[in-house]
Amino acid sequence: MNEKNSTLLIYTLLYFGFLYVPVLFLPIFSFNDANYMSFPLAGFTTEHYEEMWSKRNLHKALWASIKVGVVASVVSTTIALFAAKAFARYKFRGEKISYGGIMMPFLIPEIILAVAILVIWVNLGFKLGLVPVTIGHTLFCTPFAMLILIARIEGFDFSLEEASRDLGENAWGTFFRVSFPLYLPGIVAALLLSFIISFDEFILAFFLTGSDATLPMYMWGQMRFVQKLPHVLALGAVIIVFTTFIVLLAFWLRNVGQGKAKKDIAIKL
Amino acid sequence: MIVFWRKIYAKHDNVKAYTLLSPALILVILAMAVPMALMLSFSMFTQVSMMEIDYTFTFQRYIDFFQKNLLVTLLIKSIKISFLVTLITLITAYPVCYYIAFYVKKNKMLWLVLLTLPFWTSYLLRVFSWKIILGTKGVINSSLINAGILSEPLTFLMYSQTAVVITLTHAWAAFALLPLYVSLEKIDFSFIEAGRDLGLSRFEVFWKITFPLSLPGVIGAILIIFIPTVGDYVTPALLGGTDGRMLSNMIQAYFGKINNMPLGAASATIMLTTVVLITIIVSNVTKRLTQRLT
Amino acid sequence: MNNSFIQINNISKHFADVKAVDDVSVEIKEGEFFSLLGPSGCGKTTLLRLLAGFEYPTSGNLLIDGTDITALPPDKRPTNMVFQNYAIFPHLNVEKNIQFGLRKLGLSNDEIDKRVKDVLSSVKLEGYEERFSNQLSGGQRQRVALARALVRQPKVLLLDEPLGALDKKLRDEMQLELRTLQKNIGITFVFVTHDQQEAISMSDRVAVMNDGKIQQLSVPNELYKNPENIFVSDFIGETNFLKAETKSSDGEFINVSIEGLGEFKIKNNLNIAANSSDVVCSVRPESMMISKVKSDWDICLDAKICQTSYLGEMTRFYVEAKGIDKIITVSSQHFDNQSFENNECFISMSLEDISLLNKK
Repeated sequence: MNEKNSTLLIYTLLYFGFLYVPVLFLPIFSFNDANYMSFPLAGFTTEHYEEMWSKRNLHKALWASIKVGVVASVVSTTIALFAAKAFARYKFRGEKISYGGIMMPFLIPEIILAVAILVIWVNLGFKLGLVPVTIGHTLFCTPFAMLILIARIEGFDFSLEEASRDLGENAWGTFFRVSFPLYLPGIVAALLLSFIISFDEFILAFFLTGSDATLPMYMWGQMRFVQKLPHVLALGAVIIVFTTFIVLLAFWLRNVGQGKAKKDIAIKL
Repeated sequence: MIVFWRKIYAKHDNVKAYTLLSPALILVILAMAVPMALMLSFSMFTQVSMMEIDYTFTFQRYIDFFQKNLLVTLLIKSIKISFLVTLITLITAYPVCYYIAFYVKKNKMLWLVLLTLPFWTSYLLRVFSWKIILGTKGVINSSLINAGILSEPLTFLMYSQTAVVITLTHAWAAFALLPLYVSLEKIDFSFIEAGRDLGLSRFEVFWKITFPLSLPGVIGAILIIFIPTVGDYVTPALLGGTDGRMLSNMIQAYFGKINNMPLGAASATIMLTTVVLITIIVSNVTKRLTQRLT
Repeated sequence: MNNSFIQINNISKHFADVKAVDDVSVEIKEGEFFSLLGPSGCGKTTLLRLLAGFEYPTSGNLLIDGTDITALPPDKRPTNMVFQNYAIFPHLNVEKNIQFGLRKLGLSNDEIDKRVKDVLSSVKLEGYEERFSNQLSGGQRQRVALARALVRQPKVLLLDEPLGALDKKLRDEMQLELRTLQKNIGITFVFVTHDQQEAISMSDRVAVMNDGKIQQLSVPNELYKNPENIFVSDFIGETNFLKAETKSSDGEFINVSIEGLGEFKIKNNLNIAANSSDVVCSVRPESMMISKVKSDWDICLDAKICQTSYLGEMTRFYVEAKGIDKIITVSSQHFDNQSFENNECFISMSLEDISLLNKK
């Protein structure tokens, strides 16, 4: 395996370029002093950012997204934590079906999920709004959080829990004193990633919110108008930076503590 | 009494597991299974007027669907576009996975994280970005015109099926990369070396050894790309125009402006059924392929 | 002293269709160092975990000091366990690890401090309070695990192959330390191991297990000298098996025809039936003698050395003896691999060193 394959390397780098270009363009153009986004760039300006920040609707939408995101991520991570423990720790009948069932929201086109929830919500007589959106997001984030947590729990040494029980702690005590502290990095990672997923999610919000817009819906509204283009770019750039930062943090956390548990520093006696 | 319950609880791993699992199962049942069942039954109703719905069960909606030329065309178009996107994404992503799996020695994780990072940003924003890039006054056209290569902008890049395919190929790339990478990573390089040692050409080694062994990942990637793409709404809505419209846009209309919930529900059900059928077919075909090749 | 301090009554544990523990009954004495010995998969660890409460028996019950603990969860049992991989909590330092189980006992802070100090000195880890698991060697971690279990002063201490991960020298040292510790504290130890030397050197009694059943339960000397079946005979120490047939019985003795060597009177400890060909004779290498000249022992045979294994403190000789069709192992502390020039020798055995066993 000592060959270096430069063709493949170049191709890979080009592919990277393909992947990153759309993401990088937004921040670049957000500083462009023009209404149309074309090369060559016109002047440099930060006025789009100032403009963006002044819009009240934006603030409302941002706040709505944060509310939904926090609730959805906390609930889905909690549910996923218990479910992950069940899958990672026990062998039981119906395991595969349950697993498939919980993963389902992930595996079908989102629009179908949105439509289904819309139908039942409206027919139960409830109003559309942030509540069904939160429910939909919780449903959607749970499989995600579960995947992260299952990986985390599988790397967990179960004899630690047994030791805790052996030393007199009941199941709850064991959870709080042993499992939870050791799961914590994974839990935080799941929380952050779930939040991001909810924060960026569009389709469920589109179908299920009434007049309360989430941030993606606000952007959707703005995208249709050419003159609003620049400040959407500014908003987009901010969101990209923000989400990238959170995602990197989550990835780092995911691996924290896993390596430690497996490393064995044997100092000679 | 407590002793009795203690015995039952201790004896059965099943009980312990399902206690933990119950919130998740309840969530899925209440928020997904029940709504979908309701949606299915809704597809059997009739929208009589703006507010009225006739609740008698009928399959008429499904007949309506297949009688409407537009709907059937959209269904076929959605499948066709998804198929194209899946193929292109697979072919373009495969070499990258291959490279990282076999030629990168240090920091493989870093490469993967960097590769998937763009996909954590908002999907909406990425589609919007493509709109800027592909538009008539967008990046590609303005650069090419300014450089003197083109005199007129390329119009097929926007508001067309091409635009949709390009954008979607980008959208799902990361999710294709992961399962592909995982199954390539598992392949013991000594198999490949053995193949070369036995006189097979580079291409033969790939086609007869590497590719079959990577099939599980390929299938995973296929399903991950295909399923969400069929039901995609945002991309066709933002840059599909009329040519690039897909079934989900129509479904949204039925639940919105056109206000024919039953027909919308029927369309959604048909879409779901198509997806499930194709998934089953793909899994079975590839299962048989793998069996034949091993 | 309570002779049935721990009562294991007809305990079975089935996993799907595997009988990990098959109708086992044992009584363990108070203050005893009791070992469960056997190869991987014999059920010894499962039995230990049943005692600890991590597995629930398919049938049967368990009593400790008269109380039925069968349905009690691990935290309510008067047992504590030292785990095979030590299970030291990585997010707590040594002191907090040891204190962990004391919280639920309702002791005063002073009492807790005192106990922790005492137990740390008894495992010779004073000064290590602030360290974390990844700053300790294997041997140190093992002691922390021990201390953590002992500090709760349980009625029974369960040890799951605690010395398995240590290197040989350390293991020998720890064996001695554990034995001394147990005698000083007086707690009943139930010790699981696959290492027969370990079990024999440390225990008051040993239960040899295989296939989920107890094959023999005796004091170490008896296990070694008078194995009751082929498995025990083969598992404990080394032995040579010779083909045999019983003839007529003669009170305590029985006439046995051994391979091509003739008929001899062997002590019939296990009441083996007369006129049976379902038997085998077992004789240990160290009870046989290898020599350059003929001896006056009960049986003396011409032999040729095929291979030797020099082990420093003794040498093993693999010989072909006249009348026996398989290779016999004889060990000697007197001769070594250089002693026999043309590989010709004599091997001798005494009738009282030959055990008669059923072929099971």
